[in-house]
Amino acid sequence: MSLIELSGIQRTFQLGDSIVHALRDIDLTIEAGEYVAMMGPSGSGKSTMLNLLGLLDRPNAGTYRLEGRDVTTLSLEEQAHIRSERIGFVFQSFHLVPRLTAAANIDLPLMLAGIAPSERHRRVQQALQEYGLTERAHHRPDQLSGGQRQRVAIARATVMHPAVILADEPTGNLDRATGEEVIHLLEALNTQQGVTLIIVTHDQSLGARARRQLVMEDGAIARDSAGITP
Amino acid sequence: MRLADTLRFARDAASGTPLRTGLLVLSMAIGVGAVIILTALGDGARRYVVGEFSSIGTNLVIVLPGRSETRGFNPANLITSTPRDITLEDAQALLRVPGVVRHAPIVIGTAEVNAMGRLRQSMLVGTNRDFLSIRNLKLAQGRFISADVLGRGPAEIVLGAIVRQELFGNENPLGKTVRVGGRRLRVVGVLAEGGQGMGMTTGELLILPAATVQAMLNTNTLFRILIEARSREQLQEVKAGVLKKMIQRHEGEEDVTVITQDAVLETFDKILRVLTLGVAGIAAVSLAVAGILVMNVMLVSVTQRTAEIGLLKALGATARTLRNAFLFEAGMLSLLGGVAGILLGHLGAAILRSFYPTFPAYPPHWAVLAGLGTALGSGLIFGVMPAKRAARLDAVIALGKR
Ligand SMILES: Nc1ncnc2c1ncn2[C@@H]1O[C@H](COP(=O)(O)OP(=O)(O)OP(=O)(O)O)[C@@H](O)[C@H]1O
Ligand SMILES: [Mg+2]
Repeated sequence: MSLIELSGIQRTFQLGDSIVHALRDIDLTIEAGEYVAMMGPSGSGKSTMLNLLGLLDRPNAGTYRLEGRDVTTLSLEEQAHIRSERIGFVFQSFHLVPRLTAAANIDLPLMLAGIAPSERHRRVQQALQEYGLTERAHHRPDQLSGGQRQRVAIARATVMHPAVILADEPTGNLDRATGEEVIHLLEALNTQQGVTLIIVTHDQSLGARARRQLVMEDGAIARDSAGITP
Repeated sequence: MRLADTLRFARDAASGTPLRTGLLVLSMAIGVGAVIILTALGDGARRYVVGEFSSIGTNLVIVLPGRSETRGFNPANLITSTPRDITLEDAQALLRVPGVVRHAPIVIGTAEVNAMGRLRQSMLVGTNRDFLSIRNLKLAQGRFISADVLGRGPAEIVLGAIVRQELFGNENPLGKTVRVGGRRLRVVGVLAEGGQGMGMTTGELLILPAATVQAMLNTNTLFRILIEARSREQLQEVKAGVLKKMIQRHEGEEDVTVITQDAVLETFDKILRVLTLGVAGIAAVSLAVAGILVMNVMLVSVTQRTAEIGLLKALGATARTLRNAFLFEAGMLSLLGGVAGILLGHLGAAILRSFYPTFPAYPPHWAVLAGLGTALGSGLIFGVMPAKRAARLDAVIALGKR
């Protein structure tokens, strides 16, 4: 059983009178523990693909199996449940809640899942320590550097121990050195804990570090280094 | 998501924008405060009036000659009904009605009074020794007339304060003689100032034994009979008993009217209650306005926190969780405003009382509860729409917003 199986996935957007094909008939399989870089020109459908994989969006056609289960037909509530338990997001613009401290931001997924406070406290402390944020636990996002903010975001994405982490240009707002530091953290998750890692990036050298490269063009997969797609 | 977490999350979100939250709470507080102060005023007025009436005596049953037509004024009745007089014997008979403690027959008339060479026209009230306590009157000097239940007694007179001043000036009137309608009476007491009721100031009155006044006016009719019931609960029973007795004594004809002080009081009570409710209702409109403000503030909040809502969805928040979070926030702000409004209202009522100490401006409990309830209710009702909007937001689009 593969972690992710897409078959015949289509996603179109209605823009006035014209229809935009953001994804055209995508077939794709990703195994658990893979490290995939998704690349391609702007507007090729990378973000749309990531949103679909993260169950934030639904395809117009096709089926999506996550861990063998058809998730396209699930109710919104069941999808929210899967997002909570199996999927972690890392965004280009961090998306931290400005009024909450670093610790409270990391606590968010645990709180939403209704986990007991003592267990939450333990997991948040552990995450803060793992990402070197213990000193910054009670700082709000505007008191943190870009690198620290993204570390908080990664800690938040991993605190529920998801099966897959979806990162949309996670280094896009960071300088080269900080960006590399963040990538190392994500790669460590993949190599040490076996978390499946899917990163969208414009950076060729970053993409080259991944074990598998997907190149998208005009809503279709133009090249797959795993050689499955023609 | 746990309830405690939802509450904490809502609280943090509200305190994140102190100015907006503060203004909202203030507007709620003013609305609730207005309800409380206005009802305190209305209910205070009601209690003031009821209190004033009660001082006349609340256990009173009054018998008047003639039948009052409750079914509207009918000229035919005026001509055909020639009511029998009510006499002192009737009054005495009424003492045997169960529940009656005592009574005071009243005869009124006017006569010339003269003392110390001064003369004036004055109103006479003929009654018995029980009149003073039944009417809750006070004496400034001396004692009351000692006339027995039939209004018979020695030639004594009690003066109203104004009459006393005009006839005797600064001299002590006690023991002096006055001439009323050609009769000589000894002054035994003087009424205290300030008594009022039944359309006459007690200051202008002369109080004499009823039999004496009847003899003076050459009549045996009574103006009315005041009857005191043992308790307020027995009032209706006494009223019915008195009416039955009078009909029996008047050969089966109902030619008297029996009223209770209670009926008059109740009418005032009712009118002022309705007034208070009306005023409270008007004030409650300001709460609905505050509710609309809640809706606006929450809509702005949803718009400003779009990215956050998208994020929460990505982190696994269900639509229900988001809806609850925003609804709790609206409810919390309304409740806070309501509690602040209660404090404001009590403060306002206290200030009113300190300026007008005789006026009992206490907010009634029902108004406090209704004010709080309306605040919370309107906050929640108007909070539903923004909360639903937050829950329905498209996660991808929401995340795209900064
Ligand atoms: N909500 C939407 N409404 C209409 N069109 C959309 C919407 N979202 C995406 N599109 C279109 O779908 C196509 C794919 O967009 P997508 O955001 O996936 O591109 P991308 O590969 O992530 O680009 P970038 O590298 O610039 O982030 C684009 O043509 C875009 O205009
Ligand atoms: Mg994109």
